[in-house]
Formats: sequence, structure tokens, C-alpha cells
Amino acid sequence: MKYAYFPGCSLKGTGRSYEESLLPVMRILGIELEELRDWNCCGATAYMSVDETKACVLASRNLAIAEKTGHRALVTPCSACYLVLNKTQHYLKEVPAISNGVGKALGAVGLSCHGAMPVRHPLDILLNEVGLDAIKQKVTHPLTGVKIAPYYGCQIVRPYATFDNAYQPTTLDRLCEALGATVAHYPLKTRCCGGSLTGTMPEPGLHCAYQLLKEAVKRGADLLATVCPLCQFNLDGYHDQIAAKWEPVRLPTLYFTQLMGLAFGLAPTQLGLQRHLVPMKPLLPVTA
Amino acid sequence: MIEYTRVIKHETDRVPGFGAEVMRAPGCEKLASCIQCGTCSGVCPVSIYMDFTPRQIMALTRADFKDDVLRSRTIWLCVSCYACTTECPRKIRITDIIYELKQRAIQSGYYPEHFAVPVLAREFTDMARANGRITESLLVMRMYLKTNWLAALGMWRLGLKLMSTGRFSYTPEKIEGRAELEKMFAAIDTPIPDYSPSGAPGEETKGTQP
Amino acid sequence: MKDEPEIRIGFYVCHCGTNIAAMIDCQAVARYAAQLPFVAVSRDYKYMCSDPGQELIQRDIKEHALNRIVVASCSPLLHEHTFRNATEKGGLNPYFFHMVNLREHNSWVHSDGSKATAKAFAQIRAAIARVPHHKALEVLQVPIHPDVLVVGGGIAGIHAALTLANAGKKVYLVEREPTIGGHMAKFDKTFPTLDCAACILTPKMSQVKSHPKITLWSFSEVVKLDGYVGNYQITVKHKPRYVNEDLCVGCLECIPACVFKTPKFPDEFNQNLGKRKPVYIPFPQATPQVVLIDPEVCLNLKTGKCKQTCVEACGDRQAIDFDQRETFDDIKVGNVIVATGFKTFDAHRIPQYGYGAFPNVFTSLEVERMINTSGPTSGAIVGRDGKHPDTVGFILCVGSRDEKTNKWCSRTCCMHSMKLAQLIKEHCPRTEVYIFYMDIRAPGKGAEEFYDKSLRMGIRFIRGRVAEVTDWAVTPEEEGRLVVRCEDTMAGFVRRIPFDMIVLAIGKEPQADAQDVRRLFNMSCGTEGFFLERHPKLAPVSTFTDGIFIAGACQGPKDIPDTVAQAGAAAAEAMVLIDQGHIEIEPNTAHISEVDCSGCKSCLPLCPYTAIAFIETTKKASINAALCKGCGTCVAACPSGSITQNLFEDDEIFSEIAGVLAYE
Ligand SMILES: Cc1cc2nc3c(=O)[nH]c(=O)nc-3n(C[C@H](O)[C@H](O)[C@H](O)COP(=O)(O)OP(=O)(O)OC[C@H]3O[C@@H](n4cnc5c(N)ncnc54)[C@H](O)[C@@H]3O)c2cc1C
Ligand code: SF4
Ligand code: SF4
Repeated sequence: MKYAYFPGCSLKGTGRSYEESLLPVMRILGIELEELRDWNCCGATAYMSVDETKACVLASRNLAIAEKTGHRALVTPCSACYLVLNKTQHYLKEVPAISNGVGKALGAVGLSCHGAMPVRHPLDILLNEVGLDAIKQKVTHPLTGVKIAPYYGCQIVRPYATFDNAYQPTTLDRLCEALGATVAHYPLKTRCCGGSLTGTMPEPGLHCAYQLLKEAVKRGADLLATVCPLCQFNLDGYHDQIAAKWEPVRLPTLYFTQLMGLAFGLAPTQLGLQRHLVPMKPLLPVTA
Repeated sequence: MIEYTRVIKHETDRVPGFGAEVMRAPGCEKLASCIQCGTCSGVCPVSIYMDFTPRQIMALTRADFKDDVLRSRTIWLCVSCYACTTECPRKIRITDIIYELKQRAIQSGYYPEHFAVPVLAREFTDMARANGRITESLLVMRMYLKTNWLAALGMWRLGLKLMSTGRFSYTPEKIEGRAELEKMFAAIDTPIPDYSPSGAPGEETKGTQP
Repeated sequence: MKDEPEIRIGFYVCHCGTNIAAMIDCQAVARYAAQLPFVAVSRDYKYMCSDPGQELIQRDIKEHALNRIVVASCSPLLHEHTFRNATEKGGLNPYFFHMVNLREHNSWVHSDGSKATAKAFAQIRAAIARVPHHKALEVLQVPIHPDVLVVGGGIAGIHAALTLANAGKKVYLVEREPTIGGHMAKFDKTFPTLDCAACILTPKMSQVKSHPKITLWSFSEVVKLDGYVGNYQITVKHKPRYVNEDLCVGCLECIPACVFKTPKFPDEFNQNLGKRKPVYIPFPQATPQVVLIDPEVCLNLKTGKCKQTCVEACGDRQAIDFDQRETFDDIKVGNVIVATGFKTFDAHRIPQYGYGAFPNVFTSLEVERMINTSGPTSGAIVGRDGKHPDTVGFILCVGSRDEKTNKWCSRTCCMHSMKLAQLIKEHCPRTEVYIFYMDIRAPGKGAEEFYDKSLRMGIRFIRGRVAEVTDWAVTPEEEGRLVVRCEDTMAGFVRRIPFDMIVLAIGKEPQADAQDVRRLFNMSCGTEGFFLERHPKLAPVSTFTDGIFIAGACQGPKDIPDTVAQAGAAAAEAMVLIDQGHIEIEPNTAHISEVDCSGCKSCLPLCPYTAIAFIETTKKASINAALCKGCGTCVAACPSGSITQNLFEDDEIFSEIAGVLAYE
């Protein structure tokens, strides 16, 4: 199976290890992700606060390029990109003012966007196209004894919950179980990580991250599994500040793709695990 | 000494038509239906830090209290997590309404100087437009320089760690189609409409950095 | 007891699951009863009311030749009927049964088991001592007169009358105003569907007028009610309208002909917002279509000096009759439905809101008339200063939910204010309309949707009870306007908002004469003054007097759908009695021994049910068994001891007392 692939800016920067683990894992499962040619920034939440139409213009250039590939769907791993691309699809259908502006901008460079290409998250592809059985078959190093707090964050389930329940999502839980891990009951699965506030208004932003980590520690989790580069950064990068302000709640936060890679027998360095600020405890037999 | 502040709102404190204008923006149409149930404030992860709760922002927007709304800390605290939007019993897209309010606040300068959120948004849009991509490390540096470079110093440790783990990019990512992108934007560039309130943000707003 | 066969009592004590058995030792009770005089059988059983329990009684009657039955269980209110039936099925007269309440009177209210069991002994000893004195009694059957009187011609009365008449019953509809229709006739539209009130009401009004089974008496009142369920005698007074109803054809030619060239007297139907002449018809579709003359202002009736141009205009029809006097009609009916509606709260009672002081403060009912195209302003919203308001503020709960006036919620003010606000928005979309509320109460079908529609139309809702409406201006734009000061509790600050017009959503109260009507029809009122239903859930349209039913807003504030539902229910309840043809009356009534009665009349005024009459020919008092409720007041009061009451005869009561006291 082949999909168009939109990595988004973070996966080339702070979220590098996400891409480093995503691509090999997908390859093992027989999925090829073809990176969009000369893609640009999705627009993200920041652009939405300044000018909605222009944010949609940015997003739709990518959609237009994706449509040209003729692939069945565009896969994007970053939650913010996932939301913005989906939101743009909605706006193009529902809001004439925006779709007119976008049409004009794309038209100026000979592009067009029909809004017909589904934008999907790798988790969606894994659960609904590949299937848990196929994934289990590839597990060579089951994560037995590892207790995972599955953390979905906001934007893959809200506001467009297309492949999971917005209130009680289970896809990540089921994936972790398929890898042989134990899933902790984690009531904050969809609560916000602090988003970009951690940089702009640190106290409220870090408070969000702190609460997530604290609860995961309390639930006896060994690690948090995440699906988004910004969540990973917020939960991984600010332990010093959190400890200074509240209390130490050190816990590693891994991309679900890294967990898959470990279970598939890939080496930690092949999965970018060395890039994380809170290192994995050697308790995982596979990392030891 | 007790300091007394008198709070009473007269009709002159409203900007009639403001609420209706917001409600015309995409995604904001249903604001009229708000029943002030407070679910949005209850579910919001950062409402505890807000000066007005999301529910109050809905009430104030609908009632045309433009200055109070655009000056509030709330709109900048919103992390766009969409929890409120998912829960609202009237299917009001609160997050989108707050986006709309942010846009208006930015357009008419309703925020304190050196205030990080709008600065970040501005820097973000400039970088996205110029390069086609965002290089987070450089973006954050620029934000700190424009807002509070002292705070940037406090982050040196994090910066170092990012550098040592290879997550810090030193050169900006750029796309090939930059000219194409500029052409697209130029096609829809319009002069920013003037949303200045009756009383433009005065001294008092400058001082209240959240 | 001399000639009767030997007394053989069957005694049964019920465990009522554990309700009784957990506190009282039922087996001990059964053992105790077994050794009391005349007891032939004594048993305890888990559930006496169950089918096997009842069959036990029936079988024992046959097998043990029982002739008295005592069951010690729950309250007679619940199962006396059950056990009387069982006794009757066993072949005995049902009044040979007696019941002891071991549950409500004993197990439920005590906490010491041995004392409770001792008390049970005393209770059953009393019953077993009394029951040998019981006599066979017969249930009285009284025929039901098939005609029905409906009092009040609002939507409740109209609907009840039509329902009965369509079922073939003869109905008298008595309305005290010159036209039927009640409050609903004054409305422009009705929530939540906004269908035009007249379009749905007036067809029903004319059906009432033309229905062969309905006699409509408008401008009339019930002045007297005698009798009892199935047999009420009623006197109806017809007030003079100075127009012969049979001759008037409703051409209305007399009105322009009146010597008063322009209308100059307050028009009640339009809440005094318009003017009428001495000769008038309340509104174009008034039913009956008959004019009337107001004697207070008619020149001829006041001074006798008038050219009587109206009579001239009426011409050959000769319908105008200045000599008309009150007349009376006596009728007989079996059932009465009281549907006298409500009265609106007098807004003057809350002076802070400025009604009467500021010309542009209106009541919601006034605005109903105003917005009605056939109303005083032909549908235009205008202040008393003649200006069209740019801003209108509705204040809810005026005279409702306020311990200083009325505690209750008037149930339609949220909805009817939103209705009027929507209509104002529709008539003139630029008008800013505010609604000040404490809670929006929009229950019922389509109501929440109606609220949402109001919100979406841009009506501004402010949660906060208005403190005052003043003309105290503190800013230039408040100058010359009505300023509302209140807390906007949702925004979180106090606000001052100036308006051109204020509308007070006035609450609903009992009619001014509700107490008189209550007495006339032998009903009760709740503390707030609305008529009291027999049971708030299970008998909502019955009263404590059989054959008297209530429907609509006279029972409590409600909207039209609920009113109509109640009216239909009341009609159905009346039909139940009519179609039964007769009712059965409990034989626990009092009767007078003619020989002993001295004719002192002491009992007559005491009877709460006016069941005692004085027979002039014999000079003796006599009790109408159909009216007697068996309260026993007269029995105790009779100085000559000539009144006895079935089931409460002296020897029954004395042996019961002796029975209680016999147990140490
Ligand atoms: C401003 C306002 C707007 C409203 N709008 C709506 C609406 O849009 N939709 C809705 O569903 N409800 C509405 N309501 C409620 C509605 O008025 C009532 O539900 C309805 O009128 C009750 O009908 P009724 O027949 O019980 O009482 P009424 O309408 O009060 O009728 C009672 C009738 O009995 C007569 N009467 C009284 N005493 C006697 C007596 N002693 N002898 C003979 N006749 C007597 C009266 O003259 C009157 O004709 C509104 C109420 C108000 C105040
Ligand atoms: S949840 Fe929706 S209806 Fe409730 S207060 Fe918030 S915006 Fe209004
Ligand atoms: S989207 Fe914004 S306002 Fe809504 S819950 Fe999240 S942070 Fe709060």
C-alpha cells in the first residue's frame, strides 16, 4: 500500500525521531509513504489566529499537490497538521468566503484543490487498513511487563473525530496491547498538553503538562505513548521547569511508532530514542 | 488603604454590532444559541488561569462588549484543544470563535507590547510566508528576542539539550516554491481592515501583560 | 343478636412481607385472637391481599361456617375494598367485615417489638369485640342526570363543552363575560408554534354557539348549587345586556349610530388601551355575536334622556331593550366542570417597575393586544407617547417566584415573553429586544427549540432580576428613557441599560372571586388560592366533591396545551359517571329516627355537605343518604340522640372501646 505523506515542519526539527521511527515501521508493515514534493507549512494554529483564509491557502497548496499524486489518501503524523488539513477540507466545502479566496490563490499559480483527498493519521491507517493481526505478526520482542499510559492529546480526536471516539478513544490502547504491553487506565488521555502555551505563557502551559505527567506517574505507568510531536516535546522537554515549580514527575514519553519499532526488534538508535531528553529506563528488555 | 474600583457597564461600553460581526465569521454562526451553561469553562484545561471564562467570553462577545473581550487574557490562553467545542450542548465552535477574536485583537493591536502569543503568531506567519516552512528553533528564538530576551536566557539549558540531541536546527528550512507561494498570497492580499475600537487601546492595556 | 345464628368470627393477621411481621409477632397475635370469644378460625399469612389470601377467607367462610371476618393488616384506605369483596364472594354481606390497621397505626410507627405486639393485641381485641354487632347493609345506588354544567368559557370550558356535546351529552356553558374565549381570545399568536390564536380558537367558539347539544349562556353566572353528584340543581343568573339576544342579528349597525360619535370609554377587552362606545361588542368574532350596552355610561340608562339613535338603527329588529332586567334559569345536571381560569397579576403592586408611573411601561397582556392586528393599534408596537420603540426590555417573573407577591412560577411567562419578543422582532427586525430572566423555564414539546429560536433571532437574554426601572439618567443616551439597572450575572457585572419600552411579564393568580366560587361548588383551594385537585398526580381534575371537576388555569397556572388536556380529561371523567348511569354510595350514612326527632334543627347548619333537610309537613329533620358522607357531625350533635350512623352505632363503638380497654 502506498500513501502520500505530509511530515510537517516539526518532524524535520524537534520531532525528528517521530519520522525516524514512523518510516521504518511502516515499511516493515508493507506501507510506503511517499513524501509530498516541496510541501510547505500546514498553517497550524498560529496562522489561524492571524488570518484564517491565508492559513487555509497554505494548507490547500499541500492538498493540491497531494491530489496530483493520485494516491488514495494523504497521511500526516502531526496532530496539528492533521487538524489544519482536515479543517481546511471542511472550510473549502462549507465556507464560500474561504473557498473563494483559496481558489483565487491557487488559481494564480495554476493549482487547484477539490478537497477530495482524505487526510488520515498513521494510527488510523494502522488500525483500519493494516489491522492489529498483521501488526501482531511482526512483533518479535513483545513489550511484556511495560505499563503504558496512552496519550492521544487533543487534535486527532477533536473536533473531527473521524476514526475514534472523541471522548473515549481506544485505538492507541489497542495498539499498545497488540505490542504486548499493559495499558494503564489513564483518565487524561485526551486532555491538552499545554500546546504552544509552554513557550508563550509558561505557567499555564506547563501546568497542563505537569498534570498529565503526574497522573501517569500516579497510575504506575512506565511511560507515556504519544501521537504528536508537540505533545512529545511538552512532556519531554520541560522536566526541569516543572520540577522547579511543582515537583519532579520524570517519565519518558515515546512516540507510538517508537514502541512499535522496539516490538518489531529495531534498535533504539534506529528509532531516534537517543534524542529524547528523559531517557528510557533500561527496564525494557528490548532496550537493554 | 483600600483601593476602590467601580464597575458598572453603561451602553457606551458596548460596541454595537461587534457580536453580530463575529457571528458572521466562519464557524462562529452558532454563538447566538449559547445558553450560558458553562460546560466550556468547566472542560477547558486553562480556564483556571483566565480572567474571563470561555462562557463569559461568549456572553460578552454576544453582548457587544468588544473592549473587554479583546483585551482579555482568555483569548491568548486558549490552547486550541477543542475540548469546549466538542462538549458544547449547542454545538457552538468556541475554539473558532476565540480564533476569530484573536484575529481581531491582532488586527487592531489590542494586546500588550512584548506579549508573546501574538508575537509568536506574527513571527510564525512571516516565516511561513517567507520560507514556506517553519524552523521551530529559529522561530522560538525570534519570539524570545521580541518579547522577553531575559526569559530566553532561562531556557539555555533546554536549548543546549536540544542541540546535543540533534533536535535544534541552525539553518532555516525553505521550500523551492517560495515564489509560487508569494504569488498565491499576493493574489488575495487585502489591506487589513481597520477594527480600531472607539477608544483605541490606551496606556492601561500596555501595562497588563498577562 | 338474639335471633341470629351463633357468631363465628374468622380472624386473619397479615405479615405484609416484613412491613408488619418485622415489628409485630404475627403468630402470637393469631394465637391470642384464637382464644377470644366467638373466634372460630385464626390465622397469620404473608400477604392477605394476594389472591391466595383472599381465597383463604372465602374457603374458611364455607368450611367453618363463618359469619364475621376481621383482617388485621394495612390501612383500610388501601384494602378495605379488597377484603369486603372477598367476604362477599364467600357468601356474606360485605359489611360483616372489619379491618384493623396494624401497619400505619402500629408497626411502621413503633420501634419496640414487644410493645408493638401488645398494642396489636389491644387493637384486634377491639375489632373482635365490635364485629359481632355489625349488621348487613346495602349499598345505595343513585342515578346520574346526564346533563353537564360547564362554568367558564375560556379555552378550557370551550374544549370540555365541545367534547361532551360531541359525545352526545347535553351541556350548559355559563360564561360571565359578554363573550366566550377567555384570555386566549386576546392573544395574537400562541407559542411555541406561533399559530394565530384567533384562527384556532374562533372556529371552536362558533361550534359552541351552533352546537345543538350546547346551551351557551354568556353574561351569566351560577348563583346557587344544590344537590349531590348526579343530581345537582343549579340556578343561573343572566345579567341584562339591554339587548335581546334572540333578536339581535349581530349587524352592529347600532354602534356607529350611537349618539357618542367617537368611542370614549375604556375598552376592557383591549386592556383599556383603546376606547369603545356605550353600545359595543368586545371584539369582531365575539361569541355570541350580540352587542351589549354598558349601563354605567349609556346616556339613556343613566339619565333617561337620549335620542336613542341606536334603537332607530336597529329598526324592525327591535333588539334593543332598555327595560331588560336580571333573569334566572333553574337547571338540573349530574356533573359540573369548573373552568374559571385565572387573573393576571396587578403590576402596580411592584412600584419599582414603574407601571402606571411611566407611560411606556406595559404588561405582557397589553402587548398581546397591541401586537394583534385587530387590536387598539392595529398591530403596531407604539408607546403611550406614540413613538415606536427602538429598544424593548421584557422583565420576567413580575408577580411570580417572589415571596413578597406570589411564590409560584406562572409557567407561561418565559414562553409568552419570548413569543412577544419574537413577534416584535418579526414586525420590526431593527428593534433591540432584551429579556431579563432568573431562569428560562421552557419545558414541554417544542419549547426548548423555541428558546433557541429566540436566541438565534438575536433577542438578548440577560440573567438577572431587574432591580428597578427608573428615569434617572446618568449618561446622555439614557436621558428621557427608561433605565433598567440589574446585575448581568452571566457577564459578571452590574449594568444600566436604557429602553424606550418596558414590558412586564405579569404572573397568574387565582380569580378575585375564587373563594366564593369554591364555596359555591363545595371545593377546596390550595394555599395559593387555586382550586385543589383530589390528587396532584392521580386525580388531577377531580375535586373532593363527587361530580365536580376542574380544568384549566383555575387549578393552577398552565399553558393552552395543558389546559386543553385537562379539559378533555374532565369531560371524560364526567362521562364515566354519566355512562355508568348511577353511582354507588357507601352505606356508612346517618339516619334520623323520626319518632325521636324533636325538630330542633340543631343539626341542619352543622352538616358540611348540606345533606340534612327539614321536612315542613312532619316538622322533622331528614338526611339525604346520597349527600351524606358519613362524617358523624350530626350524630354527635343531636340533643335527642335520634341520629344514628351505620357502622358507627353506639353498641359497635362502645364494644370497640371496651375491647381496647380490656387488654391490660
Ligand atoms: C400574556 C399571556 C400570554 C399567553 N400566551 C400563551 C400562549 O401563547 N400559548 C399558551 O399555550 N398559553 C398562553 N398563555 C396561557 C393561557 O392564557 C392559559 O393557558 C389559558 O388561557 C387558560 O385557559 P382557561 O380556560 O383555563 O382560563 P381563561 O382563559 O382565564 O378563561 C376562563 C374563563 O372563565 C370565565 N369565568 C371566570 N370566572 C367565572 C365565573 N365565576 N363564572 C363564569 N365564568 C367565569 C372567564 O371570564 C373566562 O372567559 C398566556 C397567558 C398570558 C397571561
Ligand atoms: S458550552 Fe456552549 S452553550 Fe454552554 S456556555 Fe459554553 S458556549 Fe455557551
Ligand atoms: S479550545 Fe481554548 S477555550 Fe476551548 S477548551 Fe481548549 S483552551 Fe479552552
